[in-house]
Amino acid sequence: MSLFEQNFSVFLQGFGHTLLASIFALVGSLILGTIFAIMQVTNSRTARSIGNIYVQVFRNIPLLIITLFFYLAVAKVIKMTGFTAGTIALTLYTSAFIAESVRAGILSIEAGQMEGARANGLTFGQAMRVIILPQAFKVAIPSLGNQFINLVKNSSILAFVGGLDLMYQGNIVAANSFDTFTTYIIIGLFYLVITLPLSYYIQHLEHKLKKNA
Amino acid sequence: MSMIEFKDVQKYYGDFHALHDVNLKIDAGETVVLIGPSGSGKSTLIRTINGLEEIEEGQLLVDGFDLHDPKTDINKIRKNVGMVFQHFNLYNNKTVLENIMLAPRLVLHRDEAENKRIAMELLEQVGLADKANSMPAALSGGQKQRVAIARSLAMKPKALLFDEPTSALDPEMIGDVLDVMRDIARDSDMTLLVVTHEMSFAKAVADRVIFMADGRILEDSSTEAFFENPTEPRAKKFLSQVEHH
Repeated sequence: MSLFEQNFSVFLQGFGHTLLASIFALVGSLILGTIFAIMQVTNSRTARSIGNIYVQVFRNIPLLIITLFFYLAVAKVIKMTGFTAGTIALTLYTSAFIAESVRAGILSIEAGQMEGARANGLTFGQAMRVIILPQAFKVAIPSLGNQFINLVKNSSILAFVGGLDLMYQGNIVAANSFDTFTTYIIIGLFYLVITLPLSYYIQHLEHKLKKNA
Repeated sequence: MSMIEFKDVQKYYGDFHALHDVNLKIDAGETVVLIGPSGSGKSTLIRTINGLEEIEEGQLLVDGFDLHDPKTDINKIRKNVGMVFQHFNLYNNKTVLENIMLAPRLVLHRDEAENKRIAMELLEQVGLADKANSMPAALSGGQKQRVAIARSLAMKPKALLFDEPTSALDPEMIGDVLDVMRDIARDSDMTLLVVTHEMSFAKAVADRVIFMADGRILEDSSTEAFFENPTEPRAKKFLSQVEHH
């Protein structure tokens, strides 16, 4: 495994960028996705439309195009690196899918929970935060888990815009060493180092919540 | 002073005329029972009082606030008007004690120690102090409903609305819930409006009985007058039907 040893620091740098982009995008898309999910279940027609348009736009355009849009167009106005452009695109793209998962979770909670809370004097926001969302997330966990794993794999989009991630570094190592097969095996294993513990943790969470229910 | 006042209220669901020319005045401290066949608009009427249903026409004054006025902050009314539902609607993700303490904490900003003391007192009152740390899923229907009543009482409301509180309960559970409601009617000076099919409860507790059918109030009389000598043929028929059960 001399290829691995020789390029260890390069792989590690790629791994670090992939991990970082994944964490930023995960937190960001969870927050954004939840906001747009809530907008879609409010009584306000305007909020519902905005939420809906957002989800439809980012869910139905290839991630690569959103990434290039930020890297080529937006970066002209607001200076940003490929890493930043890619991470923003990944966040927006994933948040549309998360909004759908969270919205489905909210809709699965019986209407009586919201009515009980509102009749009890809570505002819509309080009822959402304290009563509806905690129950909705429980329901949405398997589907959110899928989105998070997809997100980590989709972060390879950064390679297209010089994002210094695993895939980007892998491409360089492969080009220099001519050993594409070994290089991409190593890259694949590095992705597993993130995605396997993530899958395991989500399964664990699912079992734990099932027991409590 | 009237706590709740309907003036020529109309309510539609699409083409369906759910509330038809409703005029009704309930004074502070009164206990009023609302009866009628299913689909008569009883639940719709009671749900307009805390804004769970909106009215299309007329005026609805609750605790001095006009519900049909867009400027009215509905949360101010809900602070003072509690509701007990047919299906309890307890918070499934909170313990019994938390169910009771949540709204006083978030809405009234009641001191935490005081909040807990009041909540435990109320659980004591409904006979469920030993269930304080249980989750709602672990309770029977009757126990859930008594917790729901305690949750409403914790806000110290001026009025309490009961929307068929015993209709979803097994027969052996109904008595405990009605006992709790009876005590409230006897011991408190709250305004109570109860939609129910429990005629013995109505006879024992109500100051007044309102009979509804097809979205209209057909009869509004003192309890005694209503049960002894109902004037409306439909009320007579309804009474004979429910009393033969």
